[in-house]
Amino acid sequence: MAKTIIYRGAEAEICLAHYMGHQVVQKRRIRKSYRIKNIDSRLISYRTREEAKLMTEARLYGVSVPIIYDVDLGNGVITMEYLKGKRIKDILNNLSEKERKRICKKIGESIAKFHNNDIIHGDITTSNMILLNDRVHFIDFGLGEKSSEMETKGVDLHVLMEALESTHSKYANCFDYVLEGYKKEFKGSAKSVINKIEEIVKRGRYR
Amino acid sequence: MICLGIEGTAHTISVGVVKEAKEKCKVLSNVIKIYRPKQGGIHPREAANHHAEFVADLIRESVNKANIDFEDIDLISFSKGPGLGPCLRTAATAARALSLTLNKPIMGVNHCVAHLEIGRGTIDNCKDPVLLYTSGANTQVIGFAEGRYRVFGETLDIGIGNCLDKFGRIIGLDFPCGPKIEELAKNGKNYLELPYSIKGMDIAFSGLLTAAEQYYKNGEKLEDISYSIQETSFAALTEVTERAMAHSEKDEVLLGGGVAANKRLQDMVNTMASERGARFFVPSRDLCIDNGAMIAWLGVLMYNSGIRMDIEESTIDQRFRTDMVDVSWRG
Repeated sequence: MAKTIIYRGAEAEICLAHYMGHQVVQKRRIRKSYRIKNIDSRLISYRTREEAKLMTEARLYGVSVPIIYDVDLGNGVITMEYLKGKRIKDILNNLSEKERKRICKKIGESIAKFHNNDIIHGDITTSNMILLNDRVHFIDFGLGEKSSEMETKGVDLHVLMEALESTHSKYANCFDYVLEGYKKEFKGSAKSVINKIEEIVKRGRYR
Repeated sequence: MICLGIEGTAHTISVGVVKEAKEKCKVLSNVIKIYRPKQGGIHPREAANHHAEFVADLIRESVNKANIDFEDIDLISFSKGPGLGPCLRTAATAARALSLTLNKPIMGVNHCVAHLEIGRGTIDNCKDPVLLYTSGANTQVIGFAEGRYRVFGETLDIGIGNCLDKFGRIIGLDFPCGPKIEELAKNGKNYLELPYSIKGMDIAFSGLLTAAEQYYKNGEKLEDISYSIQETSFAALTEVTERAMAHSEKDEVLLGGGVAANKRLQDMVNTMASERGARFFVPSRDLCIDNGAMIAWLGVLMYNSGIRMDIEESTIDQRFRTDMVDVSWRG
């Protein structure tokens, strides 16, 4: 099958392919020769399996994610729906304040939806969100896990906070909007998750 | 412009003299003295006493080695932070005394940013790197974005150097333990599974340390444990660095900090860089570890960009974060 690479990330390449008549993308985890085979194989098969599992589950709870068609653990390949949308990273800085607020709130609501079901994304950055049909789709659950702890949910949001600070630093209130949406949708105590974030920030070096 | 820089954030007191030529850094001298406790870790006051004892001699030595006179110095810079309070104060006091005596301007600089700038200043083609900064206290992945050096990822608990030192202390090695663990690891054959902890671009080592300690208690071979610690923690460091490069779309990677002297870490990051078509840079060992030359060089950059500091403002800041610095010298 001919493949066209549309994106080369740190750990995987994203290729366009065809699968049973659909245009699909394949996320292929790349073997890394800098790490020993033992670690490499462990990470690749574990992350591929976890990612597929978490995405399928997130979808059940109403989070927009690409539909998964096939999983190949040995080669570390996930075949999934091709989303012809725009990365939030590329558009967020160019939106009007009102629109940026609306999108950020949506992001927060979606995160709350998967957190409600103890799904931790593990790498929530604006590069891992695609806007399509006015829905924010989440991709790349490769560092995700299942956890009911406030701590892991706090860390999950903290990753996004740092990503927003480094990539969208001119719009400092983005994260507040995200939290607004999160509070609205989160079923547990959003306050204690937010307190956790503050605790994590303070725990960082030199805070 | 000639600048004398005094570094004193932790165990090292160092004085370096640099000269600016065509926006590049020429290191004229860089004398380094490291405090080594007889046992255990660094006691901040003991380290500061050590620095106070040697700093005057080091200043004289660095000026002699640079082959200049004191009158030739245009600027005095010092490590403002982050670091251990007593050590920072000792270095800052020396800098103030020198600045007042010579009647030359003073500049307090950020230690972490200095690690990055010395790479850019001394290595050709190193223009806009992601820095993997690994030392005892610090483990950060830093890059320039939107006017500042942003911390893309960092340790959530202990620095990698600290992790290596703590493990070394458990098995009875002297500080610094990294080089000894590197030697042991060379003879390691069996990989023992250790926690591999990455959260986005952040990283954690305390779980790995605890698990390694367990292996030691269970009588596993030191060589195998050392090998496994290096392979696991360095792979994780390389991975977060690669993530930061992909995220920030940069194609240069620079190493800095004491752990950057480790050949295995260098190999891994170099391999990662070449596989993604990026360039890999590592400064010479004395510019990787804590040193006065990098402090001097950052002083030059700040001064040339128009920043001025009065003696009254030349305070220290133990919690001086990388991303607090307004990087006015880069467009």
